[in-house]
Amino acid sequence: MKKKLPETLPALSKAPTGIEGLDEITGGGLPAGRPTLVCGTAGCGKTMLAMEFLVRGAAQFDEPGVFMMFEENAAELTANVRSLGFDLEKLAVEKKIVLDYVHIERSEIEETGEYDLEGLFIRLGHAIDSIGAKRVVLDTIEALFAGLPNHAVLRAELRRLFRWLKDRGMTAIITGEKGDGNAITRYGLEEYVADCVIILDQRIQEQISTRRLRVLKYRGTAHGTNEYPFLIGAHGFSVLPITSLQLDHRVSTQRILTGIARLDDMLGGQGVYRGSSVLVSGSAGTGKSSIAAKLLETACRRGERALFFAYEESTEQIVRNMRSVDIDLAPWVKKGLLEIHSSRPTLQGLEQHLVVMHDLVRAFRPSVVAVDPISNLTMAYVDAEVKPTLMRLIDFLKKEQVTAIFTSLTSGGEATTSAFEESQVGVSSLMDTWLLLSNVEFTGERNRTIFVRKSRGMAHSNQVREFVLSDKGIDLVDVYLGDDRVLTGSARVAQEAQERAAATLRGEDHQRKLRQLASRRKAIEAQIAALQAEAEAEADEVHFAIAQETLQKKATHQNTDAMAQQRGGATGANGHTIEKR
Amino acid sequence: MKRNAALLADAQTIEAAAAAHATARYVLRLFITGSTPRSARAISNIVKICEEHLEGRYELEVVDISQHPTLAEGEQIIAAPTLVKKLPLPLRRFIGDMSQTERILLGLDLLDAAGKAASARGG
Repeated sequence: MKKKLPETLPALSKAPTGIEGLDEITGGGLPAGRPTLVCGTAGCGKTMLAMEFLVRGAAQFDEPGVFMMFEENAAELTANVRSLGFDLEKLAVEKKIVLDYVHIERSEIEETGEYDLEGLFIRLGHAIDSIGAKRVVLDTIEALFAGLPNHAVLRAELRRLFRWLKDRGMTAIITGEKGDGNAITRYGLEEYVADCVIILDQRIQEQISTRRLRVLKYRGTAHGTNEYPFLIGAHGFSVLPITSLQLDHRVSTQRILTGIARLDDMLGGQGVYRGSSVLVSGSAGTGKSSIAAKLLETACRRGERALFFAYEESTEQIVRNMRSVDIDLAPWVKKGLLEIHSSRPTLQGLEQHLVVMHDLVRAFRPSVVAVDPISNLTMAYVDAEVKPTLMRLIDFLKKEQVTAIFTSLTSGGEATTSAFEESQVGVSSLMDTWLLLSNVEFTGERNRTIFVRKSRGMAHSNQVREFVLSDKGIDLVDVYLGDDRVLTGSARVAQEAQERAAATLRGEDHQRKLRQLASRRKAIEAQIAALQAEAEAEADEVHFAIAQETLQKKATHQNTDAMAQQRGGATGANGHTIEKR
Repeated sequence: MKRNAALLADAQTIEAAAAAHATARYVLRLFITGSTPRSARAISNIVKICEEHLEGRYELEVVDISQHPTLAEGEQIIAAPTLVKKLPLPLRRFIGDMSQTERILLGLDLLDAAGKAASARGG
């Protein structure tokens, strides 16, 4: 927010709280030098918020603080916050924090005329001066209303107190109990603290409690107005803003293979982008977990760390079951590359799960995370709440450049009907790649199919593939396409066999035809030969006849000559014999 | 410790009221904040009450917490002026300028059923 303002305009100066998420919602922290009212029901974390504000201020921002408490004593508070890793004793010794317990016992007090709360002012002033405090927490000043009978005096004094804090430039948190009905606080403290009001709330839904935070008012600055879930985790208070309200995480152009070769082919041959999120949805038994496990195993093979959040099966069960599809996770677990975190989804609220995830991801630094399944994790929630929470998770993972694979169980859904797909739209829009698994029931068997519903930023196949899980692992097979239908499984095999048989038959037919053709050709050739022979024979006869005639002509000539000779000379008996023949 | 007034007196006969505490020794501490009119009023009021009802068996210490802020913390003072009855037990606190004598006397167990008549006077 600050950045957007021109440099010349002095922006409202803010005191960072150091609390994860809160500074982002408030655009930098609480109003510096002014009091902030934090109110909420009992046990919603007011004290924790105030305490963390003070501790972080003292430890991180060099702003010592005074914690004036009216309900718990110093020893109790110290013990309570120690569980969050805050060492108040050390900070007190270092003169960074002063704890002052104001104890009021109504039964001991008697009013005897005019008074003011100068005692409180002096105590507070002394505490502030002793360490040069910049921050003050009054937790919960409303206890005074119970302790002091004269509320008129008290109100006047509170007004003076807040004014006094402002004048001294104290960034203060005043906590207050939520009032009945619409009242923000029971005693109307909001009347005096007008600069910033933060409301904490704890709600129970379906037996699971979620804490929420809302900035009701922040004078002079823009702020997130939504309700943000927050958690009190092992590292203190953390508000989970929707991805810090911005979409500005770095993106990677690097691709990682899923380990299923044909699936990688479907995704343009290179798998998914590093740091992207993949949704694998499908009804029961479509092989969602197997795909997730395969992805993790592949990451481990590359030597990367992988984290598996399992909300359905125990670690051992997963290892055993995945072995049946030739995914052996055990060695990676042993090597420390794979961590499987199994828990019941109902163990805690969605936000709490989220914090566990945050903590584990931060601690383990995986490159791939699988959540199996998100649908279980969110079963107790209405859709409207799940989406922001998941958005936060996805954003967090993206920010950390972690590739995430989420499986989601869809109820019912025989095939890829539109209703079945729509049930996923809530989260699918957040995903970069969406693989849709479905069961196709046909001719008495169910087969798995897979297709890439979407995959941002890459060419991807539009084909439906058959998804085969066997003891040889995961494989994708082309489905039978033809006659306007898609066949899978044994129907596909049968169809293919049929096709093969038909093809064989056709082949034989061709052979037969060829043979027939050959024999006919032979027959024709034979005929040709016969005809040629005939022609030759005729030619021979013609030649013979010609020769005969020539011979006769010759003979006639000879006869004539002979006769001429005989008539003219000596004759021979033999000569007659020859001529007469 | 600064004492604006420390008045000690020998025990003498006082009225019979508060028979139970007739002989008890009172240790009182009055916390004020600087020399404001209210502080002065509180001092004079409480001194008067002590002199009248606890003559000779009380110990009154007046503390200015603006001079001794740590004492305010130790004694759990928030309002000013505050009178703390340390002895006899139980501990009691009176806040205000000590103008409501009857309430103080009641709180100090110096009035009982018999003393109710006196309350009309004291009010």
